[in-house]
Amino acid sequence: MAKRVGIEVSLALSEAVKMANADIVAAYPITPQTHIVEHLAELVAEGELDAEFIPVESEHSAMSTCIGSSASGARTFTATSAQGLALMHELLYMPPALRLPIVLAVANRAMSPPISIWNDHSDIMAERDTGWIQLFAENGQEVFDLTLQSFRIAEDPEVMLPVAVNLDGFTLSHVVESVIFPESDEVSKYLPPYKPAIRLDPENPVSMGIFGIPEIYTETKKATDVALLESKKTILKAWDEFGDIFGREYAPIETYETEGVDTILVTMGSISETAMTAVDEMRAKGKKVGLIKIRLWRPFPDEEFKAAVAGVKKIGVIDRCMTLGSHGGPVLMEIRSLLYAVADRPQVFGFMLGLGGRDATRDNFKYIYEQCQVLSEKGQDRHEMVGVME
Amino acid sequence: MAKIEALMSWKDIPLGCYVLEAGSTMDYKTGDWRSQRPILDREKCTYCGLCYIYCPDGAYKDMGSEEKYYLVDLDYCKGCGICAYECPADAIEMLEEEV
Ligand code: SF4
Ligand code: SF4
Repeated sequence: MAKRVGIEVSLALSEAVKMANADIVAAYPITPQTHIVEHLAELVAEGELDAEFIPVESEHSAMSTCIGSSASGARTFTATSAQGLALMHELLYMPPALRLPIVLAVANRAMSPPISIWNDHSDIMAERDTGWIQLFAENGQEVFDLTLQSFRIAEDPEVMLPVAVNLDGFTLSHVVESVIFPESDEVSKYLPPYKPAIRLDPENPVSMGIFGIPEIYTETKKATDVALLESKKTILKAWDEFGDIFGREYAPIETYETEGVDTILVTMGSISETAMTAVDEMRAKGKKVGLIKIRLWRPFPDEEFKAAVAGVKKIGVIDRCMTLGSHGGPVLMEIRSLLYAVADRPQVFGFMLGLGGRDATRDNFKYIYEQCQVLSEKGQDRHEMVGVME
Repeated sequence: MAKIEALMSWKDIPLGCYVLEAGSTMDYKTGDWRSQRPILDREKCTYCGLCYIYCPDGAYKDMGSEEKYYLVDLDYCKGCGICAYECPADAIEMLEEEV
């Protein structure tokens, strides 16, 4: 029987890695990811997880080690945050191109300076285009489930791509939540052992990471892009099967109270829970507002998103990342460009909220809803930083 | 600039762009990158093997204990001059290639 446990979300994530039976964990500690790797080190030291824990000297080395480990056919995990993820940057292009199914947890944290250990999405957004499958968790249960699912998705022979699971630093990583742990036989049913078709093996030598002359580079990029876009089919399948076995349903985007509404707010990650409460309160007052939560950020679920906003007049997109010197955050730009070619497209407004750990409150979401009405009336499409002191 | 044509369709790129055949770099002759070539003075050579070890291209071949010298394969030697720099007997001289 599955059992419900009160546990810090970071530790629940580590327990999911344990249940997935990872072979190699290579990591360097950084706030707020620290508890994830500390607990994994404990699990390995205590013999609860039969894995090699490699305490490397930097995040650059962590990802390098993961690349070598995954290339040799080992189930591989690492975790990081903010500047640590940035230090991995040049390596992050390799697992997608080399088709290495590494699983990476990012306890999202603002990029410094000024030095901030607190939560926003600026770390992962800087890695948006590296080719990783990118998922965002909303609560502790999702963190556990998405981690488990990530190994299954990444290693599927139809996919063979790395997956980044995003959980908000502190607001998710450091809170104690109620999480349902599955039985290990259910997990083995869902997640078979990893058997790569090709791996680094002295008996059957192959070369990985070769150079690409101009006559081939474009084609390799296209091949990786198609693999990433096509991975959505397998992700949907993996979620369906997860629902069958564990009874919890997952989808690329989730709609909340969007039936017949005029305005939709769009969120990613843990602030979605606050946004739902705000939507409830606004609806009680007769406002026609609903919410869309994006769980699958890459590959972006174009069709699902378009279908979910069909007939809606106004969309308020919330970004937790500052895009300097441009006209809005990454999620705003994504959605604007997606809807540009849609006839009768809704008006799309952008709001930056909860940067560097500032609270995202119910009042903020109510303000955003009201601003959508005001801007719509004025016919303005600017974006704004919510709560910035003038 | 010359027009660049693709070598193959993206659909034919193997998974991860791996090269599945060992030793395929032999097909890629890097010797035409060279602007200078190493010339060996066999009188001075002590057959110590440092040129063979240091050459980043593995372009030297051991001629064995009878011949007692290392022969450079000019199909692959890029002319970097490392062998000449490292040779403790000063037995290698780099000679400009004629254009
Ligand atoms: S010049 Fe460089 S490449 Fe050529 S043989 Fe000497 S070390 Fe090797
Ligand atoms: S390094 Fe010089 S002395 Fe030694 S084997 Fe090569 S050429 Fe001869």
